[in-house]
Amino acid sequence: MIQYIVRRVLLAIPVILGILVVTFLIARAIPGDPCRSALGERATEAACEAFNQRMGLDQPVLVQLGIYMRQILLEGDFGSSIRYSRPVSLMLIERLPVTLELGVSALILAVMVGIPAGILSAVKRNSRIDVAAMVGSNIGVSMPVYWLGLMLAYVFSIFLKDTPFWLPPSGRLTAGVIAAPFYKVWDWQLVSGSLGAQAADFFSNLVLFNSFITGQWHVFSDGIKHLILPAVALSTIPLAIIARITRSSMLDVLGAEYVRTARAKGLAERAVILKHALRNALLPIITVVGLQTGTLFAGAVLTETIFSFSGVGRALFDAITGRDFPVIQAFTVVIAVGYVAINLIVDICYAFIDPRIKIE
Amino acid sequence: MAVQSPPVASVEQVQDYRNNSLLFLTFRRLFRQRNAQVGMLILGFLVLVAIFAPALAPYDPDQSLIGVESIDKRAGPCIHLLGCPADQPEHYMGVDGNVRDQYSRIIYGTRVSLFIGFSTIGLAVIFGTIIGAVSGYAGGWVDNIIMRIMDVILAFPSFLLAIAIITVLGRGLQNALYAIAIVNVPVFARLVRSSVMSLKELDFVTASRSLGASPLRILFIRILPNAIPTLIVQATLSIGGAILEAAALSFLGLGAQPPLAEWGTMLGTERNQVFTSPHLVFFPGIAIMVTVLAFNLLGDGFRDAMDPRLAQLAKS
Amino acid sequence: MSTKKTTTQPLLDVQNLKTYFYTDDGVLTAVDGVDFQVAPRQVFGLVGESGCGKSVTSLSLMRLVDTPGKIVDGQVLLQGENLLDKTPAEMTKVRGSQISMIFQQPKSSLNPVFTIGDQIVEVFKIHETISEKDARQQAVELLRRVGIPDPERKAQAYPHELSGGQAQRVMIAMALALKPRLLIADEPTTALDATIQAQILDLMQDLRDTTDTAVILITHDLGVIAELADRVAVMYAGKIVEEGDTTALFDKPLHPYTQGLMGSIPVLGDTKERLEVIPGNVPSLINLQPGCRFASRCGARVEHNLEICTQVEPDLIEFDAGHKVRCWLYQEHAGHTPPLKAFADKKDRK
Repeated sequence: MIQYIVRRVLLAIPVILGILVVTFLIARAIPGDPCRSALGERATEAACEAFNQRMGLDQPVLVQLGIYMRQILLEGDFGSSIRYSRPVSLMLIERLPVTLELGVSALILAVMVGIPAGILSAVKRNSRIDVAAMVGSNIGVSMPVYWLGLMLAYVFSIFLKDTPFWLPPSGRLTAGVIAAPFYKVWDWQLVSGSLGAQAADFFSNLVLFNSFITGQWHVFSDGIKHLILPAVALSTIPLAIIARITRSSMLDVLGAEYVRTARAKGLAERAVILKHALRNALLPIITVVGLQTGTLFAGAVLTETIFSFSGVGRALFDAITGRDFPVIQAFTVVIAVGYVAINLIVDICYAFIDPRIKIE
Repeated sequence: MAVQSPPVASVEQVQDYRNNSLLFLTFRRLFRQRNAQVGMLILGFLVLVAIFAPALAPYDPDQSLIGVESIDKRAGPCIHLLGCPADQPEHYMGVDGNVRDQYSRIIYGTRVSLFIGFSTIGLAVIFGTIIGAVSGYAGGWVDNIIMRIMDVILAFPSFLLAIAIITVLGRGLQNALYAIAIVNVPVFARLVRSSVMSLKELDFVTASRSLGASPLRILFIRILPNAIPTLIVQATLSIGGAILEAAALSFLGLGAQPPLAEWGTMLGTERNQVFTSPHLVFFPGIAIMVTVLAFNLLGDGFRDAMDPRLAQLAKS
Repeated sequence: MSTKKTTTQPLLDVQNLKTYFYTDDGVLTAVDGVDFQVAPRQVFGLVGESGCGKSVTSLSLMRLVDTPGKIVDGQVLLQGENLLDKTPAEMTKVRGSQISMIFQQPKSSLNPVFTIGDQIVEVFKIHETISEKDARQQAVELLRRVGIPDPERKAQAYPHELSGGQAQRVMIAMALALKPRLLIADEPTTALDATIQAQILDLMQDLRDTTDTAVILITHDLGVIAELADRVAVMYAGKIVEEGDTTALFDKPLHPYTQGLMGSIPVLGDTKERLEVIPGNVPSLINLQPGCRFASRCGARVEHNLEICTQVEPDLIEFDAGHKVRCWLYQEHAGHTPPLKAFADKKDRK
């Protein structure tokens, strides 16, 4: 098993290197002058030359690629934003936690609702529940995420105003609600700028996590309230797709001979479905859940735009339109590596679920 | 000569017979399916709306009504039958920020969205088929290089890739169409490639080859027709996704530009007014959803109809 | 011998069992009024071509028929209790403990994601309160008993690590775990290689002699029946067409279909050039024609020029003591004199 995991991790390395190169090249292929978009249209030739020299943009592309790879791989340095003149790593520490909380809660929602709905549909196939679930999932995949987000915002913040169901339409936290980072609450002594301090910053930017472990409940509940609508909007498409694949995968498995054996043993129907059938049906479901993380990242761009979240998706969109190369590179790499990592986790889950995989 | 011709004829007959009966059966099952029926019904309706848009729309979709009618900008829907005072001008879906009749804009938007769906996927199918056929037929290093490129395209979340491509090409509807077409190419390339690879060693292809038929002729006459059913299924399913992606790009301001009556753009330009004038967001979204739904239902129906085992399962 | 068996109270009494499949194309009468009894410790063979309803019959006994199939009529009395009247929860208590079942494809009948030890242990845990350790010990013991080498280690194996023969042994171990009164074996050797078949048959023979379990042996292979079964029923198109003690039925097959089946078994040392194959196919069980279901393929009907065969369906009548047949060759009807009745009477008088 360990051997299998190690091999999978090693196989992922060339893919990540490939991603680094490709993102670098895509970022360079974007036309437009980074100097002018950073210093303004009226920047002088001389100013631009100095700017390009400072940013290393005057070097041949291959040299730039070499420098870039060395910085990332050996020094863990993503460079600085051309537009904001700040280290990209700082932006990542601020923004990645926002997207992570949003994406993870949407994924949890999609899995927790999608899989049971799919199972129910398969078990009671052609019943009213099945038809309703499948009509719902068809509508779910056809719905524009941003439209659903806007409509939810309207319904819950305007239509349900002054009811207990009111929810805030935008922002990560209500203005003025600030959570003290856990390392301050617990009085940790951290060297500013050190890796440990950066990691602590990163985790304290996970609003729910930070407020939960420090017991700042007013922040926690405010954070939850702000997260519900974006998470619901973001989860619709993955939810619908997970429900469908669960249904078809369960239908396949429920007709299998070992399910008949389980019934012939005298196992109650509930146990037949939840133990014998589900465990086998899980493989395609996990694959799809892995693939849906890609949809989540894409959806994050739109969801973060609508709900004014300053997350990775929105930052990447701004960087692409603003030709902020270091930011584009770094954020794309983070997203792509996340994608690869999730597929790695999916592969490892496979090995845990299906004993047949270990032999190959 | 006399010895050669009969086997060719029989191979051809077998092929024709197989194709015909498969397509025929598929269509018969398709028409029996509830999903497909609903999908076709909606799609037929949308096509009619697109064709007869000028007759159906009460106003010019691009004409501002400032000074033409006494109506506030972003006024809500007014339907006389539902109790709207008769002295107010009738606007089924209200008017937008530029005082244009939203109902007319939605109707004209049908044309844009159907055009987007068919043109992007049409392009993707054409280029995907060429790439996949070359890759599958040539094999070897050509195949390897092409397929690795396709893998890279697939490795990125398609919507983000589309955004990146637009940034390279520049904003606008036309470039958005290219971007969506490009991100959809790999799916079709893979499909055609696997179909070509599985067929090129089969007897009837080998037979034609031994009779001296040119590779291109074999590819287009013998092999590709077999891939058509699967291509249709995938294309139908992809059109829904393409319309959805195009609308999202327009929503972000990267695709269709105002004043074009495109649903995503309409939604995007008025999104900050959702709290005061929700109708300006509601209707374009519904229009997008219904259109995408129609293609998805039809695609699902096609897929089930092609796979009898699945259809049987779904029924039983 | 045979009279003694019929007088004891049957373990299983199946009466007028009907299982229909409601398909899009019509109602398929897979099992259409089947009656038979199985005595305690008896091996009861159920023979027929594929599609004759023998597997559906066995699944009906377990009440495991999948939709669109449905048991529409009849009684399945296990020691006098009608299984068809039980609630689903009561039925789960019967399955695996009183009646258990093994199947044709042993490898795909075992769940690929659990070890075989776990799958046997599960049977104990469902039906008994037993500690994990005891259950595991018993599972290993069972594996040893069915001839799995190195059972402690094999209990940790997954189904894909077993051969087909071993998988079937595991299935048998699982089925016999709780010493059920009845084991239904649905083509237990069909999917196996010839040598493995023989081993599994030996194992079943051994188990028949050492346990109290009665067996319903479902197969299309008359050789298997001859080797194992005490009594045989031949099924054709959803009905039993002939039933009798194995020796009697093999000595004197009455129904033309049974005779046809016998003609198609290869016999060692037989000099016949080719086996007789019954011409034609099993009729579609949807929209059946009136009359005997075998009429369209029956040589005897043509030979004796019987018109009644395509008009009225014959009953299952007792021809000899304990030997029943469903055929107009032997049954009287208004205006119909069975051509072979006399022949049978003569034999009887002998």
